Amino acid sequence: MDIDLMLRVYPYFLEATLITIQLAVLTVILGLICGALGAAARLSANKYIRFLGATYVSVIRGTPALIQLFILYYGGSQVGINLDAFEAGVIGLGINIGAYMTETIRGAIIAVDKGQVEASRTLGMSKIQTLIKVVLPQAARLMIRPLGVNINAQIKATALVSAISVVELTYTAQRYIGSTYKPFEMFFLAGVIYLALIYVTSLLVNWLDRKAQIK
Amino acid sequence: MGLDFNVVPEFLDLILIGAMWTIAITLVAAAISLVGGVLFAVIALYGHWLVRYPVKFFAWLFMGTPLLLQLFLIYFGLVQVGIDLPAFVAGVIGLGLHFAVYNSDIIQAGILAVDKGQAEGGRTLGLSQFQTIYKIIVPQALRNTLPSIGNNIIALLKDSALVSVIGVTELIHASQLAISETFRPFEFYITAAVCYYVINLALEAILRKIENNAQIAR
Repeated sequence: MDIDLMLRVYPYFLEATLITIQLAVLTVILGLICGALGAAARLSANKYIRFLGATYVSVIRGTPALIQLFILYYGGSQVGINLDAFEAGVIGLGINIGAYMTETIRGAIIAVDKGQVEASRTLGMSKIQTLIKVVLPQAARLMIRPLGVNINAQIKATALVSAISVVELTYTAQRYIGSTYKPFEMFFLAGVIYLALIYVTSLLVNWLDRKAQIK
Repeated sequence: MGLDFNVVPEFLDLILIGAMWTIAITLVAAAISLVGGVLFAVIALYGHWLVRYPVKFFAWLFMGTPLLLQLFLIYFGLVQVGIDLPAFVAGVIGLGLHFAVYNSDIIQAGILAVDKGQAEGGRTLGLSQFQTIYKIIVPQALRNTLPSIGNNIIALLKDSALVSVIGVTELIHASQLAISETFRPFEFYITAAVCYYVINLALEAILRKIENNAQIAR
């Protein structure tokens, strides 16, 4: 292990970590928006909207995230979508994780007991009121843990944008592997940072999950 | 520059060969992930602590870092210690080990869910502990966890795209070769995406068939 080299390059890795964190946060936010819309579409009463939601989930989950990024970044300009690499990364990965979150959110909403809906409808609440005041608060509690799994997967998935040359952690590791020929040291640095990010996220998710449970 | 899908047929052979490689990578890596998953699960549950803890540490490492980074490590990193693997072998080993760790988690849960009486019965009939694990417990655990393992294999198919970055000429890399001649990324990446989608549907159908067969055998 070349410790000197690692001490010399680690500031660049930390800089890249900021980009990785930005990517993770932005894609998770976009993913949650897509996921909420997707779940709403999947549960819609209108069969065309339902079909649209199902197609979104099936197409995005049926093809690799890498190729979705390539279509958006390299193919986008041919159809008039001009994005820089970072924007393409955020939008591409956000839409991708959104499809997985659609299923997570839909699953949580379905898991809320039917009797709850019937009871609040009987009590004279409108459909919207039932959804907002009865179903969603209960579903939110059920979503925390599976969404946490999605988010941890997303931190690792941000590594994909290195393939469209966004200078994040994996790209930086790759660049220094190329210039120093010390793959193990570079993998070690990047690996430790990824593990730390995921560990902190898991702690947050666990804390949130504990807070949300009824005592 | 408008879209022109007429350029695609000319490169169809190349794309189909790429698709063949994608399927080959997926099958070989899936086999490794299955065997590795069983091995890791058995070690994590029954192994001596001297092997158990290294395996658990390795699993924790592989679950906490991106697959892409692992592929770089195996392909470029092993050269540092004098092992120069061809890209295909490095890619298949990387994918296989990565998903072996995920499969191991599932299979462990499956093994724990097998009725205790099964192990006791096996031992009473005079089978050794090793025989009991491999002939009685693992087959039942595998059958019960088949749907989850199937999901992992489908994830593996999609992640096989990552092997393109270390230069294996699978579907994505084949598309890139066609793009470098035609400068039409949209058309070829869409074509590749369609190929993935079709392979994905076929794989899902095959896995469902296997699941159903395993159920009948009950």
